[in-house]
Amino acid sequence: MTLADNAPPARPLVDEEEAARLRTARIHRIAKWTLPSLVMVLTILAWHLYVTIGEVPHYILPGPVLVAQKMVEDWSLLWPAMLVTGRLTLFALLMAVAGGVALAVAFTQSKWAEMSFFPYAVILQVTPVIAIAPLLQIYVESAFVAALLCAWIVAFFPILSNTTIGLKSADHNLGDLFTIYGATRWQRLRFLAAPSALPFFLGGLKIAGGLALIGAVVAEFVIGRAGTGLGLASTLLEASYRFNFGRLYAALILISLMGIVIFAIMSLISHLSLRKWHESAIKREG
Amino acid sequence: MTDPIPPVGERPPLLNMSHVEKTFAGDVVALRDMNLSVQEGDFISLLGPSGCGKSTALRLISDLMHPTAGTIRWVGGQQGADDLGVVFQEPTLMPWATVAQNVWLPFRLQGKTYAAVKDDILEALKLVGLERFQTSYPRELSGGMKMRVSIARAMVTKPRLILMDEPFAALDEITRFKLNNDLLELKSKIGCTVIFVTHSVFESVFLSDRIVVMAARPGRVIRELTVDAPYPRSEEFRTSAEYAAFCRQASDALHEAMELAA
Repeated sequence: MTLADNAPPARPLVDEEEAARLRTARIHRIAKWTLPSLVMVLTILAWHLYVTIGEVPHYILPGPVLVAQKMVEDWSLLWPAMLVTGRLTLFALLMAVAGGVALAVAFTQSKWAEMSFFPYAVILQVTPVIAIAPLLQIYVESAFVAALLCAWIVAFFPILSNTTIGLKSADHNLGDLFTIYGATRWQRLRFLAAPSALPFFLGGLKIAGGLALIGAVVAEFVIGRAGTGLGLASTLLEASYRFNFGRLYAALILISLMGIVIFAIMSLISHLSLRKWHESAIKREG
Repeated sequence: MTDPIPPVGERPPLLNMSHVEKTFAGDVVALRDMNLSVQEGDFISLLGPSGCGKSTALRLISDLMHPTAGTIRWVGGQQGADDLGVVFQEPTLMPWATVAQNVWLPFRLQGKTYAAVKDDILEALKLVGLERFQTSYPRELSGGMKMRVSIARAMVTKPRLILMDEPFAALDEITRFKLNNDLLELKSKIGCTVIFVTHSVFESVFLSDRIVVMAARPGRVIRELTVDAPYPRSEEFRTSAEYAAFCRQASDALHEAMELAA
């Protein structure tokens, strides 16, 4: 018997299973972008073929070429409209964050405040905003302020309710520890409740971003025509009255694009704030 | 090592509980007539079945609750924020803060900047063997390491008394033994007083020089044992006849406690 007989079998340099896993992961990464893009291209193509072959009149369904054409032609009208809607949405969201967080802090600092006012926050939320909008138009002189209020009402509730839950979700033992070390109210809020609430708040922010846009669109539908400057939703409504369906679709696409951008920004904010410590933002091996 | 500690019972007093009672709503007596004189350098274990009031006793000592009757007095004045360190059953760390920031907490709540207490934080982390993990987040650590951070946080202010509420109950046995050894070494280095809640006979005998055995319904002290074996206690102590004899004593007392409650 020689030494060579006892040598372990030649070891392959890579583990087959691991290599396969990495390959699949790589394919998934590429497919994540290419597949939805492909679906979009195919949908637009199908849309185009349906319109041209079926000879669908443009006032029923404009083809993608017409919409693209309108988008370019009417850009000088659509772009300012987008700014108007964008500004309304952004202001409403900022107010929702300020109001929602302030109210949530007040609620957690004082049980009495929560007991007294929380039911009304719920009533404000469950009453359909579209039913309140015409009233706002009557009572509030500035149409912009009325529209802002309308969007704010829709957007602020998820921030309020999520932040309230978050502020209360701090670990009880940590709370005891803060008591033992003689923490002040402010220290407890700053070092314990606020960081505990952050993931909840960011979840609320993601929802509120989308709702602020919806609120802005509703406000424009109901109030916007009264001379706030033309937003995208008012443009869309007006285009439908004029049977200008190319422009209507162009406006619709831009609104939807705004929604996507808002969602992406909120997701990015959330990821950046939580990536170091929160389970939701941590990639797991394997 | 600090100066040798005098034998049990001859040490300077630190805290006295006399005739302490705690009754919860619905006339549930959590603790009845508890008398305990804690002395400087003691390692006291509160040993007993669930519901015997051992955690209630800790909450009373840490002033999170107030006794229905009786008094708890610190010798040499009221307890300040500096006097007490606490370790819970869970590591109870702030997940959003690094290891060093977690250990900073007791100081931070006193308004001290990180720079001012950096050396203390580093020393505490060195004592628990985690100086290389200062900038790690809790989720990156194992269960045993998290518990070490928790212990470092409890002793960073060099408190007069450290309360531990079943700190190792959730850990595996190997980690638990290791932490038991380390805890004794730590205690001998910083010379603090410890009250340790456990329901493990073996742990209480290995760690402490005084064991207070408690019974449930109502929660009360039924016996106090002295574990008269010298520190430092090594791994060999775990397998010695002496250790077995003490375990037997504690175990008998615990059985008695169970029968009383039944």
